[in-house]
Amino acid sequence: MTTNLLTPAPPRDEAVPAPPAPKRRHHRPLGARVEPYLLISPTVLLIVGLMVVPIVIVLGYSLMDNTITNPSPKFVGLGNYLTVLSSPAFWGAAGNTLVFTVVSVAAHMVIGVLFALMLNSKTMAKVPRAIFRAIYILPWIFTASVVAVLWRLLLDPSGVINYLLESLGVIHESVPWLGLPQTALIAVTAINIWSGYPFFMISLLAGLQGIPSDLYEAARVDGAGPLRQFVSVTLPGLKPILYSMALLDLLWTTQQFTLIWATTGGGPLGATEMLSTYTYKLAFNSYQFSLASTSAVLVLAASLIVAIFYVRRQRKEER
Amino acid sequence: MSLLASRSARRRVSARIGLYAALTAGALFAGFPVLWMLSSSFKSNANIFAYPPKLFDGSFSFAPYLAVLSNPVEIGYFVNSYIVALSVTLVTLVVAVLTGYVFSRFEFPLKRILNVVIIGVQAVPPITLLIPFFGIMVGLGLYNTYQGLIITYVVFTLPYAVIMMTAYFNSLPRELDEAAKVDGASSRSILWRILVPVSVPGMVSVGLYTFMISWNEYLFALTLTQTDDRRTVPVGIQLLMGQNNYLWNEVMAMSILGSIPVLVLFLIFQRYFIGGLAAGAVKS
Repeated sequence: MTTNLLTPAPPRDEAVPAPPAPKRRHHRPLGARVEPYLLISPTVLLIVGLMVVPIVIVLGYSLMDNTITNPSPKFVGLGNYLTVLSSPAFWGAAGNTLVFTVVSVAAHMVIGVLFALMLNSKTMAKVPRAIFRAIYILPWIFTASVVAVLWRLLLDPSGVINYLLESLGVIHESVPWLGLPQTALIAVTAINIWSGYPFFMISLLAGLQGIPSDLYEAARVDGAGPLRQFVSVTLPGLKPILYSMALLDLLWTTQQFTLIWATTGGGPLGATEMLSTYTYKLAFNSYQFSLASTSAVLVLAASLIVAIFYVRRQRKEER
Repeated sequence: MSLLASRSARRRVSARIGLYAALTAGALFAGFPVLWMLSSSFKSNANIFAYPPKLFDGSFSFAPYLAVLSNPVEIGYFVNSYIVALSVTLVTLVVAVLTGYVFSRFEFPLKRILNVVIIGVQAVPPITLLIPFFGIMVGLGLYNTYQGLIITYVVFTLPYAVIMMTAYFNSLPRELDEAAKVDGASSRSILWRILVPVSVPGMVSVGLYTFMISWNEYLFALTLTQTDDRRTVPVGIQLLMGQNNYLWNEVMAMSILGSIPVLVLFLIFQRYFIGGLAAGAVKS
């Protein structure tokens, strides 16, 4: 399970649309009028004090020469942005993040659809379906810190995956998957694929059950085979879920820190450096808090772009 | 005719075999790593990389678990995780219930803006907040304290919790509280006596979500704590991994122990989890 902040949207009747309360404010005593403000004050304090203010602070840091370590930082305008945006390390991390994210999201989608279809198969009895579903959800139970140590064990040069691949003749000598620059990015992406697909699968499973079965019947009557039914009935039915999930996953995966940090630490030779680990290292390994803040603001900007697409999508569906 | 029937029957049988073959392959992909973690957690450390690897070798014992559970430092990680996660769950629930109630039953200026802010902050990446949080927590004297971690996780879980509770209250008929209001009940007693008792399912979902996020969080636990007496399980696992020349069996045992609370909650409250998860993407 991710620890990210953006979570699946709630049932749709959530946000604002409470019918307007009858307007007879002048009848109500002062106490009743301030009551809602009193009740929401903890939320307002927390969200403003520890979400809005920190964002303003990080924006401020990004415009200063080094903060925190420097007792009297000076305003340097967009200088830090020029430094970060002209740094090959930043673009290396951005490129790795892009590959890691795009491959992860695509694989989550394919595996999620495949497993959901298999679990939804009409020919399966209830008990095996429940057992398989439980097994398929398993990776979702484990937090990134656990997933990381587990896969370090599996992918160890003398570990079980190397043994299996060697026995199958896929490789001829054991490969330190997480230790080689050529294989490390593939390895962490594979780990992330394993740990992230159940989230897609569960949502898609619910989505599949929402597709009316007479649509399939109509398709069958028209002579559509299984593949045709999948393309013309299943996929269109799942499209809104797939789109929303893909955007959420995009947002989460670009923010993934723990899995990378606890498997490769961004190495070897920066082969798995992500924007999150790059930013973290700038701050807490080299104490370049201003440059780290700049990078953090750039990550925020990228996330907001994806988030805007997500919110627009949700709005469209509510209509 | 009978030839045709038997052909289609045969096709059905082979489709079924194909399905189960695919299901088994998928189950190996999903389950084998977990099975390997489980089996490794019972092995002796000398046998972890035995060649050829065996799922169950002769060295089965509970020793790795006993080693973890008899180590005061490691027990401390669990205690810290429970203190933090349970406190966060309690605080987030109370605050979210109050806010959800107001959002659902009152109209007031700024409501719209507040709503947009609460939805919007969910997209803020943790790494963006990390540096200012570090500064703020040090400044407030909350670095390396339970309170620092608790406040952090409350802020992280609150937006979603508020949205969920608002949705839950919106789904309750207004006649419930209108009747009480006519009888002269105050808003507070309407909330606690009438709405909260019928909102238990919504609160369970929010509580589970909050507990899981707090129990599993790593980045802020890593950055905002410094000493073993405040560190949580996900950080503890990494520390155990880094020291003592790779006690793989103990690391795996601790990973299993650290995953048990979430597993147990999942098994008990499965439908709430799946409901909450699926609610995100499913649009009726």
